[in-house]
Amino acid sequence: MATLQDFKTSEKSWWCPGCGDFGVLAAMQKALVAVGAEPSTTAIVAGIGCSGKLGNYINSYNIHVTHGRTLPAAMGIKLANRDLLVLAAGGDGDAYAIGMGHFMHALRRNVNVTYIVMDNHVYGLTKGQASPTSESGFQTKTTPNGSIDRPVHPLMLAVSGGATFVAQGFSSWQPQLARLIQQGIEHPGFALINVISPCVTYNKVNTYDWYKKTLVNLDDDSTYDAHTRSTALARLDATEELVTGLIYQEESVPYEDQVPGFRNTALVNQDWQVDDKTWNTIMASLE
Amino acid sequence: MVAWKIGGEQGEGIDSTGDVLSTVLSRMGYFVYGYKLFSSRIKGGHTTYKVRIASRPVEAATEVSDILVALNQETINQHAFELNGGLLLADSAFHPVMPDRVSATLVTLPLTQIAKTHGSVVMRNMVSVGASVALLNLSPDPFLDYVEAKFSRKGASIVTANQEAVMDGYNRVRDEYAGISQLTLGRPVTGDRLVLTGNDALALGAIAGGCRLMCGYPITPATDIMEALSKWLPLVGGTVVQMEDELASMSACIGAGYAGVRAMTATSGPGFSLMQEGLGLAGMAEIPVVVVDTQRSGPSTGMPTKQEQSDLMAMINGGHGDGPRVVLAPSSLEESFEDGWQAFNVADQLQTPVVIATDLSLALWSQSIDRDKLDGPRVAIERGPLVSADELGQRGQEVFHRYAITNDGISPRTLPGTINGQYLATGVEHQPSGKVSEDPTNRARMMEKRLAKLALIHSLRQSIKWEGPQNPDLVLLAIGSTVGAIREAQSVLLGEGHSVAISWLRTLSPFPIEEFTKRVAGAGHVLVVEQNATAQLAQLMRAQGVWDAHRFDSLLKYDGVQFFPSEIVDGAHPFLATYAEVQ
Ligand SMILES: Cc1ncc(C[n+]2csc(CCOP(=O)(O)OP(=O)(O)O)c2C)c(N)n1
Ligand code: SF4
Repeated sequence: MATLQDFKTSEKSWWCPGCGDFGVLAAMQKALVAVGAEPSTTAIVAGIGCSGKLGNYINSYNIHVTHGRTLPAAMGIKLANRDLLVLAAGGDGDAYAIGMGHFMHALRRNVNVTYIVMDNHVYGLTKGQASPTSESGFQTKTTPNGSIDRPVHPLMLAVSGGATFVAQGFSSWQPQLARLIQQGIEHPGFALINVISPCVTYNKVNTYDWYKKTLVNLDDDSTYDAHTRSTALARLDATEELVTGLIYQEESVPYEDQVPGFRNTALVNQDWQVDDKTWNTIMASLE
Repeated sequence: MVAWKIGGEQGEGIDSTGDVLSTVLSRMGYFVYGYKLFSSRIKGGHTTYKVRIASRPVEAATEVSDILVALNQETINQHAFELNGGLLLADSAFHPVMPDRVSATLVTLPLTQIAKTHGSVVMRNMVSVGASVALLNLSPDPFLDYVEAKFSRKGASIVTANQEAVMDGYNRVRDEYAGISQLTLGRPVTGDRLVLTGNDALALGAIAGGCRLMCGYPITPATDIMEALSKWLPLVGGTVVQMEDELASMSACIGAGYAGVRAMTATSGPGFSLMQEGLGLAGMAEIPVVVVDTQRSGPSTGMPTKQEQSDLMAMINGGHGDGPRVVLAPSSLEESFEDGWQAFNVADQLQTPVVIATDLSLALWSQSIDRDKLDGPRVAIERGPLVSADELGQRGQEVFHRYAITNDGISPRTLPGTINGQYLATGVEHQPSGKVSEDPTNRARMMEKRLAKLALIHSLRQSIKWEGPQNPDLVLLAIGSTVGAIREAQSVLLGEGHSVAISWLRTLSPFPIEEFTKRVAGAGHVLVVEQNATAQLAQLMRAQGVWDAHRFDSLLKYDGVQFFPSEIVDGAHPFLATYAEVQ
């Protein structure tokens, strides 16, 4: 059984002291241990941003892709080797700006991938511009008079976009976050865990204190039903998505279990030499 | 050699008429080359289908026709000038009018009306086939057999109706226009052949070469590859995923390549532009992936259904940074099949993205091919250097050095799942261990490693092909579908007594400098024939230092119509004239 130590690397962290991403990393490592994962059979796809550095600090098979493209890459890995545990991680810009198209389609495709968005409502790596989750009025160097755009609501988008698992955590609330990631990994399908991960350097509005005051913990509400889409949407709307916990989950059969002709043996472990019989069938279709 | 053409409105059965004719003629032992004029709309709009038929391989278009089947007056107006004394078979339903200055023999038959007497206007294709068979002076029997096999599942009455439609068309020509056609096709050549497109052949190659995942986004003229693989991949346990765009297609293939599966995407210019960033990542992180670019007329949407070879620069140099990649160029069905499987071996062996440069004419037009040239089960699958968990244990390294510096630049890799083989694959510059680094010495070594390994391609396959005399007065040099046209031009020029060879590049990048220089050393002149406006192949040769301004010239075409051999013959004559004087 792998331990927390097994999922660590010797790489020194590049993040600013106090960055929320430390908490996300720690919770991911805890969740991996909790589900009994092994570094050699875990594949993590990271995007570009401060958040995307995550792959440097976690011992597993890591691929650091282009900005916004984690989800199609994660799909490719999972279809290639369905025995792997596949996670994707990136920032809110990576997920909901440049990667928004892929996000919506990953929801409806439902490949068994766990997606962790490290949401700080700002662009960290490019030094503090507005992100799609920034609130209207958010002032940055590119929005000196405050952002005019309205923020995207990723959780409502996910629930209405066909997601089978939607949760939100807070990097400071470790036990809940680790448990949500674990549940996401155990969910047989695409799981979104949006994680509030404050940027201490460029976001002076949405700070740890601010979140601690505003976030509502769904775990404290025993009446909340996370299995009804309309309930989930109503709660997200009422709270402006300022909630943590499991928001929505439905029964799910992952994409790879529905592909016609797809086998239980991972593609990568199959014999790729075509046999004569199959070849003749293929050739016959060209007559 | 006979050229047969049919024209009418898109959706009027033009395609099925041409398909039946090519399929049966091919089974009879003739070689066919079928190509179409079509536009980006689904129903309506003028369309034609031309089939060249011969007792030797054909792989080029021609501007002349021996038989023109016209289903409307527009076909006559637009194409009758090709006839030059040939036969014009027109449906009397539209009261055909022969334009001035057209030299052709008019054969009118009530094609539509005959079809209706057999049950439906749809059968006009069978009537047209029957009439065409009579004009070709062939026996209708193989066509009747074909109809029987094709429609037997639909019941005897359908078979009979279609056979009678064929025979009616056939007999009406024989009875009413006896002796009107002097056309002969020559002796058929026995052989077991199929009529395929380049897209078919490439998709077959991919399956044979172990491709198990295709992630794509539809685009003309690449979509057929995706559609063919959608049928075939499930038979071998693989799958096609229709992605949301080409960014996703490329990224998904990179993910699969990283995980060790052979994955491909196929696109055309607009999609290829979107894949550039991903190609850079695959090059930087040394991930095998195969991308097919079936070029069409650009830039932008350009002419989606028209031929061009204008993505060479994008395929070789596109994207930012000095991105390492290999670009292969098939020029025939056999080579499309070969590159279809070999690209995956090359990608695995060199750990780099491999682009297959095809073009619309090669991708879409149908040709005869000997079945034994498509021996999928005997294709060799070469994985390149992989490291197993046992070997890792023996190395005793604390961390696996995925990007170890080696003599040839190729570092053995682990596949996810291999115990203790974990590493970070990243588009950020990295050390041998995969850890990111901006150290200048490391940066230079890594750049050199990734670029140096590409040269190995020339030891894996022959990069230049040559046919004809070794030291000719003129070499015609081309790539892709243009090779078929230079081959036919060569045979005309040889017939005229000239000393002409043809040559084509099988690998565009890295450019086979040495092999190329040696090859053309003894040639008098080199005429580079390509389908783009800016002479991209010539520019490539200039950049590689192999262009000799005294001996090299370009012949370009960029109007969207593929080269006719006659245009190349005309283009070659001025260069050959100087040798004729010397002799
Ligand atoms: C195609 C492309 N465009 C722009 C960039 C520059 N860039 C790097 S990270 C980033 C945004 C980062 O914000 P986010 O995704 O929220 O991650 P964070 O840094 O906040 O973790 C941008 C715009 C890039 N790397 N690639
Ligand atoms: S800039 Fe912000 S997001 Fe980036 S490391 Fe620093 S605190 Fe974290």
